[in-house]
Amino acid sequence: MPNDAMARDRPRYRTYARTTGKAPTANETAENPKENMGGTPTSLQERHEAPYDLLSARGLTVTFGGETVLADIDLTVRLGRILTVIGPNGSGKSTLLRSLIGAVRPSAGAIRRHPGVRLGYVPQRLQLDPTLPITVARFLSLPRSVPRQAASQALADAGVANLEARQLATLSGGQFQRVLLARALLNDPDVLLLDEAAQGLDHQGAAAFYQRIEQIRRERGCAILMVSHELHVVMATADDVVCVNGRICCSGSPEQVASEPAYQALFGSAPAGALALYHHSPHPPDGSA
Amino acid sequence: MLLDDFMLRATLAAVGVAIAAAPLGCFVVWRRMAFFGDATAHAAVLGVALALALSISIFVGVLTVALIMAMMVSLLSGRGYAMDTLLGVLSHAALAFGLVAVSFVSDVRIDLMAYLFGDVLAVQRVDLLVIWTGTAVVLSAMAWRWSALLTATLNPDLACAAGIDPQREQTLLTIALALVVAVAIKVVGVLLIAAMLIIPAAAARPFASTPERMVLVAAAIGAIATVSGLHLSYALDTPPSPSMVSVAAGLFGISSVSVAMGRWLRRQLGNVLQGHDSTERLP
Repeated sequence: MPNDAMARDRPRYRTYARTTGKAPTANETAENPKENMGGTPTSLQERHEAPYDLLSARGLTVTFGGETVLADIDLTVRLGRILTVIGPNGSGKSTLLRSLIGAVRPSAGAIRRHPGVRLGYVPQRLQLDPTLPITVARFLSLPRSVPRQAASQALADAGVANLEARQLATLSGGQFQRVLLARALLNDPDVLLLDEAAQGLDHQGAAAFYQRIEQIRRERGCAILMVSHELHVVMATADDVVCVNGRICCSGSPEQVASEPAYQALFGSAPAGALALYHHSPHPPDGSA
Repeated sequence: MLLDDFMLRATLAAVGVAIAAAPLGCFVVWRRMAFFGDATAHAAVLGVALALALSISIFVGVLTVALIMAMMVSLLSGRGYAMDTLLGVLSHAALAFGLVAVSFVSDVRIDLMAYLFGDVLAVQRVDLLVIWTGTAVVLSAMAWRWSALLTATLNPDLACAAGIDPQREQTLLTIALALVVAVAIKVVGVLLIAAMLIIPAAAARPFASTPERMVLVAAAIGAIATVSGLHLSYALDTPPSPSMVSVAAGLFGISSVSVAMGRWLRRQLGNVLQGHDSTERLP
């Protein structure tokens, strides 16, 4: 079981000067990497010299064949925050994510991405054509090739060590999701976008997966945007929640959203205890999850 | 002088086409574009008619029409039509229109068979130059965009997130496909170009663990098939292009059977091992 103490000793992939293209300042070069590990979002922001708002949508509207799938969506992905988009099936959650990465062209509104912001995307499902042979190692090096050591470290971090030589097609659903996560992290994202990323994991696996996401946020301070319908776990991990059903029903902190009538109309009122049970504390006990 | 021998010229031409077809054939297989390749190749007959009518080079005529056809199909494919039906219609319509058009312009008697099945034994030095230049262009384009093409093939959304435009990569493949068709028409002819794309790639699949290896194995299988097909055709006095494709198909058969055999043998071996020591296979 990976715990925080182990995590502190592993190498980091991030090069801080990358986003701005500037040479590191004296302050950056003097930093001991080990001291960065618990880095708060604020300090990362300083190193980045990047704005707090990395990725935002304003008045985003998407239509497919005359049918409006998303209308007038406003949201902002902020450095160091976990934003969760929830909504029933067919509410346009995945479409929202896909328009944020540029795979869907909005029919109105704008998506603003701070220049140089790097996205890590974990799709809901990856349909592999059986005619395409590809090993895990090769997949991790797409589209940019990564050092072998970084790749195996990323796999180990994601809880799927030593899978490099395996064919992607032979992985189980859970292994596959973790490999996808490892790949997204190798690309050293400023924003990590996860589309129902814990799908295909069992209950325990999903809980561990979300813990891992939170750990990533803590260590790297990157922004995270998650889409999910697994309410209790997701609501517990999130800093901010946006409830989407074609348009934004309500948004705010998990507690705020859970008490909104619009949310309760869609999902019913979750027992308060469920939220409290899973809710993260600011200082999680090391290795005791 | 070098290249005076028609068999040598034919061999060089056929190997050039096989090498250009390998990376493209793999993408055609991975992206399920087999019909797409067919439609583009069949449209080439229309290009032949156009070239004869305007008395321009066959290569230019074929390249132009193949490009238009490939672009049209590529555009339509995003529109939610039933693609296989649409491509079936376009592919055979292009062939039929092309054959009709050629019959109109043939005041000079042309040998239609040469365009339908290729005329590799009549390859001249200038054809060799065209073929190998085309091959070099296709290979450079594939090498240049390799990672982007591969990412977009795996999943267009992953490509988008990495700043790659999947549509652009698709366009590149489309152009490369038209180029391969234009280059290959002299060697294998319109009807069997698609076969030279798909069969070596399909035969290579079981022997490859990475996309790159699949392309290399496909190129090797394609080269073996064309060279031995040519010699077979010389020895048995059979038409060269169908002979090359027949050998390729034979190699595909051997590849498929050997994989099935390997799987069967491993299962038998597993059973034997289990029989000897029943605890060995238990978790």
